[in-house]
Amino acid sequence: MGMLKVLLQKEFRQIFRNKTILIISFIAPVMQFLILPLAANFEIKNINLAIVDHDRSSTSQKLTSQITGSGFFKLVDYSSSFKQAYHLIETDKADLILEVPVDFEQNLMRENSGKIFIAVNAINGTKAVVGGNYLDGIIAETNKNILVELIPNVNLKQGVDLATTYWFNPKLNYKIALIPGILAILVTMIGGFLSALNIVKEKESGTIEQINVTPIRKIDFILGKLIPFWILAMIVFTIGLTLAYLIYDIVPQGNLLVLYCFISVYLLAVLGFGLLISTFCNTQQEAMFLAFFFVMIFILLGGLFTSIDSMPEWAKMITKINPVNYMINVMRLVLLKGSGFRDILSDFIVVLVMALLLNGWAVLNYRKTT
Amino acid sequence: MNTTSVFSIVRNQLFSFMRKEFYHVLRDKKVLLILFGMPVVQVLLFGFVLSNEVKDTRIIVIDVARDEASRQLISKLEANRYFQVDHISSDEHEIEPTFRKGKIKAAVVFPQNFQHDLQHGNTAQVQIITDGTDVNAANTVNGYIMSVIQDFSSTSNAGEKIPRIVPEVRMLYNPQLLGAPNFVPGVMAMVLMLVCVMMTAVAIVKEKEMGTMEVLLVSPMRPMLVIISKAVPYLLLSLVNLSVIILLSVYALDVPVKGSVVLLLSLSTLFIITCLALGILISIQTDSQQAAMFASLLGMLLPTIMLSGFMFPIENMPWPLQLISNIVPSRWYYIIVKDVMIKGAGFSSVWKETLILITMSIALLGISMKKFKIRLV
Repeated sequence: MGMLKVLLQKEFRQIFRNKTILIISFIAPVMQFLILPLAANFEIKNINLAIVDHDRSSTSQKLTSQITGSGFFKLVDYSSSFKQAYHLIETDKADLILEVPVDFEQNLMRENSGKIFIAVNAINGTKAVVGGNYLDGIIAETNKNILVELIPNVNLKQGVDLATTYWFNPKLNYKIALIPGILAILVTMIGGFLSALNIVKEKESGTIEQINVTPIRKIDFILGKLIPFWILAMIVFTIGLTLAYLIYDIVPQGNLLVLYCFISVYLLAVLGFGLLISTFCNTQQEAMFLAFFFVMIFILLGGLFTSIDSMPEWAKMITKINPVNYMINVMRLVLLKGSGFRDILSDFIVVLVMALLLNGWAVLNYRKTT
Repeated sequence: MNTTSVFSIVRNQLFSFMRKEFYHVLRDKKVLLILFGMPVVQVLLFGFVLSNEVKDTRIIVIDVARDEASRQLISKLEANRYFQVDHISSDEHEIEPTFRKGKIKAAVVFPQNFQHDLQHGNTAQVQIITDGTDVNAANTVNGYIMSVIQDFSSTSNAGEKIPRIVPEVRMLYNPQLLGAPNFVPGVMAMVLMLVCVMMTAVAIVKEKEMGTMEVLLVSPMRPMLVIISKAVPYLLLSLVNLSVIILLSVYALDVPVKGSVVLLLSLSTLFIITCLALGILISIQTDSQQAAMFASLLGMLLPTIMLSGFMFPIENMPWPLQLISNIVPSRWYYIIVKDVMIKGAGFSSVWKETLILITMSIALLGISMKKFKIRLV
């Protein structure tokens, strides 16, 4: 116990002496926290629209004014030819072309079907789908209006009425949805990177030899490395949680004790992972890239930006051993949905097992002799 | 001494320095493995795993009505490939605990007398509850459920002929709405950034940290040439990496290079030079490997991911961020790759972006030259 105390003293001194790292590990998360929610706005509005109206009838004008009046679209050009409109798509000035062919109104009245052509720039799949959905909705509305005009006493009421409610985030605010995940990624990055670099730095500068010739036990050495970063990451997490409340008005729905209980174990797993990398590498460059490689995969497969449900089966298996995935899930559950300890029990156990395995492995893999 | 022999001496020195740097890079097998493994894994992940598509989402159905009409609709929902009905229950109180466990994304509720309301001309209410903590999934699942139900209700009162506008939609460039055409240019920007900025910065600072920089600086080589010879191996490495990504995207992901390959490669080389210049600048400004690494992470990688338009749409950002995004080199490179590779545009449509990258490279190299000190203290 006395030995551990001395080691902790050493580590803390080293951390506090290195001002750059200290500043970076606090400024980086704050910046990320302030910028990412603002940047990550998938809300699709201002879809740039080019209209090519060959028909120029009252119906086509009604349709186009309904579309431009919806608020989702921004009319960038009233093109005279499809070619001209297509050029706008090529130069990224328009996202969507609506082309009304000649005789559109005539066909609509005589043959009950008026075709219009929509061309979407689909490189960004989400934007294309959402833009298309908006247009569909507006066209359905216009169809209804035409029907009412033609057959005044038609019964439109018949059918199913749909009412949608969004729980836990009624306005579908992207910021609220993203913050818990960003906080999860943040502590993972801080904890993972710093711990991965730490032992390696002692290796590179040769000071590890000095420690190796002392009677320090392996477990004390690893604990001495683990505890300071654990405390640092906990502080960063608390700052993040406070910022979430102050800036984004996110009040934790669940019990904070449950949250901290989970985080403390989760951080052990992440730090253990970093230390494990550290024991495998000989240079900081190696450790950095290895840590970066894994953390990147963990984050991409964490289910924050794309949903895990839509992944192929083999990838779903990988997400089962991805700690970030559990963290993001629990953050969402406790912070936004107010889940209790029983709800997250299975996640808790998995992360606990991970923490034990990773740290055990790190202790075993650290050799005092070369 | 005539000018040719001076030139040949400089050239020989430069070559021997570059050879030394190559040894450095090629010796570190782990770093090399990651450098080549990273783009491969990223391309495969983005190509086969990550998609904005929403499918196989779990939902629950609360069937209070338990009549013929609700059963018909439920079987329609079950047949849809976009979601899986986790289970059917008749207790509305089950919704909340199930959401709290995080297993489902939506609930569909059929109220009492559903069929009765439907048949007697009244409006039959169906309630959809979605999990708003995952906004994309909530929106999309809601859309799918609505279209299934609307489909059902329009087939049940079909028959009469009514005029309608029929939209015919064509998806340009990416008819199957794959994620890959959007992601490949982004992955290219990200990997090049990583190799060039982070690797160069760290490699140069490492010599400072180990004290070997002094040895190099007292050699007869021009100090700036010492630095430049450090960047050359990474230039070649990035070109190899770039080729790997392009080959993978063409043969594994079916995303062909629509425009000119020569144009794509030469503009990529320009971007690599911009990145290297940035890496050099970071290395000049920092003293420890850790600081260099965090500076490149913060200065380049996060902005590349967040502000280049590859993950998040730039036009939605508040104007200060849009302004900042203009100085992120990968933003312009991302546009270039998207235009040349995916849309098949020629040089005439990307000259502006090219000019911006050239200006950035010159500016970065100029600042580096100015800041570079031969003396260490």
